[in-house]
Amino acid sequence: MVLLKNLDLETKTRICELANIVTSQDAANKLKAKFGDLISELPIFRGELTVRLTDAEKITEVCLYAKNDLDFNYLVDITGIDNYGDDPRWTLVYHLRGLGHGCEVRIKTDVSEEKSKLPSVVSVWATANWHEREVYDMMGIHFRDHPDLRRILMWDGYPYFPLRKDFPLAGKDSELPGVAFTQVTPMAGGPFVTVAGGNSAMAREPRIRIPETDSIETMGRLERRKEIQEAHGHPKGPGPIERK
Amino acid sequence: MQAQSEIGYNSKIEGDVVITTVDAALNWFRKNSVWPMPMGLACCAIELMAVGASRFDISRFGSEVMRFSPRQADCMIVAGTVTYKMALSVKRIWDQMPEPRWCIAMGACASTGGMYRSYAVLQGVDRIIPVDIYVSGCPPRPEALLDALMKLQNKISKTPVVENLTIMNLKKAAA
Repeated sequence: MVLLKNLDLETKTRICELANIVTSQDAANKLKAKFGDLISELPIFRGELTVRLTDAEKITEVCLYAKNDLDFNYLVDITGIDNYGDDPRWTLVYHLRGLGHGCEVRIKTDVSEEKSKLPSVVSVWATANWHEREVYDMMGIHFRDHPDLRRILMWDGYPYFPLRKDFPLAGKDSELPGVAFTQVTPMAGGPFVTVAGGNSAMAREPRIRIPETDSIETMGRLERRKEIQEAHGHPKGPGPIERK
Repeated sequence: MQAQSEIGYNSKIEGDVVITTVDAALNWFRKNSVWPMPMGLACCAIELMAVGASRFDISRFGSEVMRFSPRQADCMIVAGTVTYKMALSVKRIWDQMPEPRWCIAMGACASTGGMYRSYAVLQGVDRIIPVDIYVSGCPPRPEALLDALMKLQNKISKTPVVENLTIMNLKKAAA
């Protein structure tokens, strides 16, 4: 407990203001009161509150208000979602946390593929600098007024955006003559290769896979297991010998 | 009565002179003072640190002098995942190391890309620099790295130094 009488007036006022926010819901209500139709609330999932911002162009204003008036002083993360095939293609997700009141709010906002651009929030939280660079590097979404929008994980001059859904996991060939390159990664036979679907966990499990023979081999093993089960009533073969 | 020659055996200077070849002497110097360049990129670097510390003690093999400047290093130990972004730096540091130089690819990632089959990871550091010894493991035990170091010493001791130097000088003269 903080003893109020030991604090100066300014801090005291601040704490009293903060007392108005005790749950994420309070913060969401205040955002709605301030921005009206721009903010809509999404269903609460696992106790976490998410609001949707209709106009991505207003993200800086909303974030500035959240920081200065609602005391969300910590930007946890900015992530991008690729809704490949849908319109709008991009969803930007901002995770906010107030270290004073301990509440969390998630702001989602959509950006169309043709635009692929929205204002930066670096002016609000300095930490947004690297988060936005990462989103740009992986997704190719641009942030207006970012002070230094360069790639952060891939090398400068890399021509693709690898976390887009239409980018193959194995990568694509690229060349920056004499300096840098990437190559398509051999996926077959790699460790930890899982496959989607399949009838059993055995067919899906991560293990060494050779695409040409894998399905035949798996089916063969399942067949043998079935035969054993039918013969012995147990998938692992004859049980322990009963003692007389 | 024993056969004596000035070079074969001389009891007056016994104990002070060792007869050897230039190759063997140079290689003996080299293999017992391999100064590593610790290219620690991931978890293998933790094992590399263990090798350097007192329990496993790399100094028993004369390689305790970790040099963070490539100009002073003989052997680059690539310990960890080489991403394409880091590959540029690895190559550059390798190019800055003076001859003779050696390279140990430590662990699955440095040798083959390991479990990282993706757009971001170089599938084996031997795609950009020549590797002398590959160490298996994820990460390898410190003993495995020491074994690699001993194998490297063995390799160094078989290098025809004089011949190589002669060839190099001939090439220089021709150019």
